[in-house]
Amino acid sequence: MNSFSPGFQGRARQVADKLPPGQYPTESFPVLSAGPTPKVPVESWQFTVTTETGRTHAWTWDQMMALPQQETVQDIHCVTRWSKFDTRWRGVSLDTFFEDVETAADYVVVSSYGGYTTNLPLEDLLDGQAWLVHTFDDFPLSPEHGGPARLLVPHLYFWKSAKWVQGIQLTDEDEPGFWESVGYHNYGDPWREQRNWGD
Amino acid sequence: MAVVWRRARLVERVPQNATARTLVFTVPGWPGHLPGQHVDVRLTADDGYQAVRSYSLAAPADGNRVELGVQAVPDGEVSPYLADALPVGSEVEVRGPLGNWFVWRPGRTEPVLLVGGGSGVVPLTAMVRAHRQSLSRGAFHLLYSVRSADDAWYREDLADGHPDLDVRLVYTRKAPPGTARAPGRVTAADLAEATAGLLPASPVYVCGPTGFVEAVGDLLTGLGRDPATIRTERFG
Repeated sequence: MNSFSPGFQGRARQVADKLPPGQYPTESFPVLSAGPTPKVPVESWQFTVTTETGRTHAWTWDQMMALPQQETVQDIHCVTRWSKFDTRWRGVSLDTFFEDVETAADYVVVSSYGGYTTNLPLEDLLDGQAWLVHTFDDFPLSPEHGGPARLLVPHLYFWKSAKWVQGIQLTDEDEPGFWESVGYHNYGDPWREQRNWGD
Repeated sequence: MAVVWRRARLVERVPQNATARTLVFTVPGWPGHLPGQHVDVRLTADDGYQAVRSYSLAAPADGNRVELGVQAVPDGEVSPYLADALPVGSEVEVRGPLGNWFVWRPGRTEPVLLVGGGSGVVPLTAMVRAHRQSLSRGAFHLLYSVRSADDAWYREDLADGHPDLDVRLVYTRKAPPGTARAPGRVTAADLAEATAGLLPASPVYVCGPTGFVEAVGDLLTGLGRDPATIRTERFG
């Protein structure tokens, strides 16, 4: 017999197969950021991939937009416990950026305009699992949601999908990013509820 | 160190305004927390269904005592139950403390500006109270935006007249009689006044609804504040 929260009924039970443990579905699109929203003009925007040997591959906004574009529909899961289903994005697969990148590194640190960083295993960015996106629901991605362009890595908690993405540094060692340094889980799989250190 | 679920017994509920409540729980084994942190609260229905939401801690660490600010959201799944239905003496589960970024550490000595919109004042109140308890001599400035005087939280703690706190209230819809400032949203002029006593590297904490935090963040950077000194927490 449940002894907690007497009389609590909650909402209709729904979409259990799409909803990771401890999450709730939302129709809105909440905003979570550690600081003020940087305003990044596309005229000076640049995206780089830098290898562990220091070789840099760079794209301007126009060069990025000239790459093959994909539309993708994804469920996204924020560690603050909301999930949003069937979000529709347009952008460039990370596989495209990595086509000519020679690397033996296993990890990346993603960095953003404004100073945010997050770390991932390189393999989580490849094979159709991640995008650099600039369009949400047919509209240019707004600054508070990470525009002009953010990372989209929907199989991990959404803090890994860095807003205002500026570059990817390949690293031999795994180096914790911003939230990963102050208590968030290093990997962040929503289906295993990897929210905090020790989860 | 893993963050675990703990039993939390509701011992007191204090109305803050028509829809906002302070809930005081006792949480055996509570590890303590920093001002500005939050917890997850988990409710369980009799069929095992569970719902979890995050709430800010409104007071500094005090043994097993945990004080949360809850704003009842119309049609919310969890907040109306916590605000008005959970019986005093019954239990929920809490997990925390969470959030190691939007925190003020007692012992810091530089001046600080807190900017709160509506229920966003809850984690800032924990900072004000911790600052009051500490021996910190750094000035604390608070800019608090509310619709009207009836909507303000923590009126005693955040009142003018505390020597350790410089308070500016901004009424967005209706100001009490005698208020010099006309009702309206926070402006660059409000923030210029509020930041006048800060140093270039002084931290600014901004908490409130997304639109409020976006507007205040833009105004602060427009005034030349270094974005790296501004910490934000957004609700919804």
